[in-house]
Amino acid sequence: MAEKVLMKGNEAIAEAALRAGCRHYFGYPITPQTELTAYMAKRLPKMGGVFLQAESEIAAINMVYGVASTGKRVMTSSSSPGISLKQEGISYIAGADLPALIINVQRGGPGLGGIQPSQSDYFQATKGGGHGDYHLIVLTPSSVQEMADLTALAFDLGDKYRMPAMILADGTLGQTMEPVVLPEEHVNVVEKPWAVTGTKMAREHNVVNSLYLVPEILEKTNNDRFERYKYIEEHEVRYESYMMDDADYCIVAFGIAARVSRNAVTALRKKGIRAGMIRPITVWPFPKKVIREAADHVKAFVSVELSMGQMIEDVKLAEECIRPVYLCQRSGGIIPSPQEVTELVEKLEGGAE
Amino acid sequence: MAVTQILIAGFGGQGVLFAGKFLAYKALMEEKQLSWLPSYGPEMRGGTANCSVTISDEPIGSPIITNPDILIAMNLPSLEKFENTVVPGGVIFVESTLIERKVKRDDVTVYYLPATKIAQELGAPGLANMVMTGKLIRECPVVSHDHLEDALRKVVSSRHADLLDINLKAIETGYSVNG
Amino acid sequence: MTVVFEKPHALTDAELHYCPGCTHGIIHRLVAEAIDTLGVEGDTIGVAPVGCAVMAYNYFRCDMVEAAHGRAPAVATGIKRSLPDSVVFAYQGDGDLASIGMAEIVHAATRNENITIIFVNNAIYGMTGGQMAPTSLPGQVTQTSPYGRDVLTAGYPIRVSELLSSLDGPEFIARVAVNNVRNVREAKKTIEKAFRNQIEKKGFSLVEVVSSCPTNWGMTPQKALEFVENSMIPYYPLGVYKDRSRED
Repeated sequence: MAEKVLMKGNEAIAEAALRAGCRHYFGYPITPQTELTAYMAKRLPKMGGVFLQAESEIAAINMVYGVASTGKRVMTSSSSPGISLKQEGISYIAGADLPALIINVQRGGPGLGGIQPSQSDYFQATKGGGHGDYHLIVLTPSSVQEMADLTALAFDLGDKYRMPAMILADGTLGQTMEPVVLPEEHVNVVEKPWAVTGTKMAREHNVVNSLYLVPEILEKTNNDRFERYKYIEEHEVRYESYMMDDADYCIVAFGIAARVSRNAVTALRKKGIRAGMIRPITVWPFPKKVIREAADHVKAFVSVELSMGQMIEDVKLAEECIRPVYLCQRSGGIIPSPQEVTELVEKLEGGAE
Repeated sequence: MAVTQILIAGFGGQGVLFAGKFLAYKALMEEKQLSWLPSYGPEMRGGTANCSVTISDEPIGSPIITNPDILIAMNLPSLEKFENTVVPGGVIFVESTLIERKVKRDDVTVYYLPATKIAQELGAPGLANMVMTGKLIRECPVVSHDHLEDALRKVVSSRHADLLDINLKAIETGYSVNG
Repeated sequence: MTVVFEKPHALTDAELHYCPGCTHGIIHRLVAEAIDTLGVEGDTIGVAPVGCAVMAYNYFRCDMVEAAHGRAPAVATGIKRSLPDSVVFAYQGDGDLASIGMAEIVHAATRNENITIIFVNNAIYGMTGGQMAPTSLPGQVTQTSPYGRDVLTAGYPIRVSELLSSLDGPEFIARVAVNNVRNVREAKKTIEKAFRNQIEKKGFSLVEVVSSCPTNWGMTPQKALEFVENSMIPYYPLGVYKDRSRED
């Protein structure tokens, strides 16, 4: 087995990206993801790669768009306010069917918000984010190991489906250091005949574009894209089911909230309360099916979030109003404690609600 | 040992994060599960700093520590802030050069160590953190006392390789001191 | 039969959508001629703006990318950094470059990004129907300055070539016009130089082309060209503003 090393989550993403063949990075400083940018600044120039600190997040995402047009692996990273600025470019990247990786190490909002961890960009990440009908593949690591593994996966999925992918992390995971087995160097080669590389006078010109002034053509483009999304929803859902076999209560949580919830499940089981957890690893596509199936045997769902309650809407849609769905949340950069989750479930078990 | 949650708190410049990193690498080399989480933000620039280190034989749930088993308080504000969060039966290490008061609770084990003074006497005034770490290793078997220098080598950058010995000396002094 | 005049190879057969009397067609042709002359069509990647030239990707035979409004220099930066041996140009209008995209152009210039920028200044937002541009002249009547551009509330026009030439970074900044044959010939030479600079890896080269918009200026094409001569050029003097190879 490969060697375990200690790394911060932010650094694990950067190293995994390099090992996935990403040689182009464009960023702009923002807390709490700066280690990632710094890692790339240090490593890329020595590998013959491109590191560029852009004049703004807007410029950075458009540089990403430029590299993505040429068919090469490329990424940017930021935190919530910076991700808002990138939304214009992300919409264009999605509209031009380009693969690219965007990292969001979330912090509290809205506005300038705070710099402590948050999951309050869930809507923005999973429902599109910018203008127009589109999705990103959104992966939510809950450990430093997954920060690395899902980064490699995100590049592969982006290439496979010609669409932007996002790692939706948070400040805690970015800052936490844990042992990690780094993914092997791998560059899966996907043919990109659509890329602009110069015609070499040997083919018709390629055009990377998201403008379709004829409504019927734009509609068809959208329909085709959504056919692809449908396939992704059927084939690329990822989640972890934890102690769900006999569970009466299903906690749904991702990222750092899932780490907290795992402790809560353990504590509840010790008290004889049958709790389990479904941890979405992809939040788009959302693991609807497994949540719908859980609704047949659990008494209630609890959505645990570092927001005012965003994923809970997807949980409710997925379980089709068969069971009540409760919310356990903190915001502003505060992480719900395992006790807060435990107490809520205990109250449900006691029939208080 | 199942899971041990250690909170190291002090002010910026006391090497709180460094001490935590050392413990993290030591645990890694002993093939234990671990997580290390620093406080981050404006307080990194001179205010209070703390880091959460969890060491475990089993996979770790949350890396966030709300109720530590072990608290190392390097200054008074840290003791004030975290004293009551320590689990009953837990352990508090108090840096007693800077903290003049005693711990108010009687349901925890307390060690008072004038680590800053000891470090100064060693000629390494910046290494009170490592003196405290030595004491921790002595009193709480979270990591072993063997091969300390291997873990140190991971956290002391090669640029500062000349500081390896003094770090080791600080840990050993903390380890052997009575108090 | 002798061919004395033909369409440049670097232009496609697509019919241009520009208004009668618009000079975008001339400028497209000059760009295509430069690409042909230098023999780089197969290595060239163009970046189209948002504005009247938004569909430039249909007109150039080289690979093309359509950028968001104002972002062409950033997109071109990404392409050039990815493919350093390609020839990358961005074609931008005044709203695109001097208003919403001011940060991108200034920073591409100061990095001396090895790309070529064709900046078409016709002092108006054409595609959206004639609103005030950052380069609209003082007193100029537009849809959003119906009483004439009042410099006290709307500020003064931006002279992009002068502004960018104050930077240490860029290799070459020049302003040309296409309102008469003499100026078109000068523009052709200047645009070709801006491309050659890139091939010779000299760095950022921008050619500002003072242009006309008969439709939104509310003038006949002839009057519009006279307006360029009598009103635009006095405010936006033609010439080379920065040429580092000449400084050395």
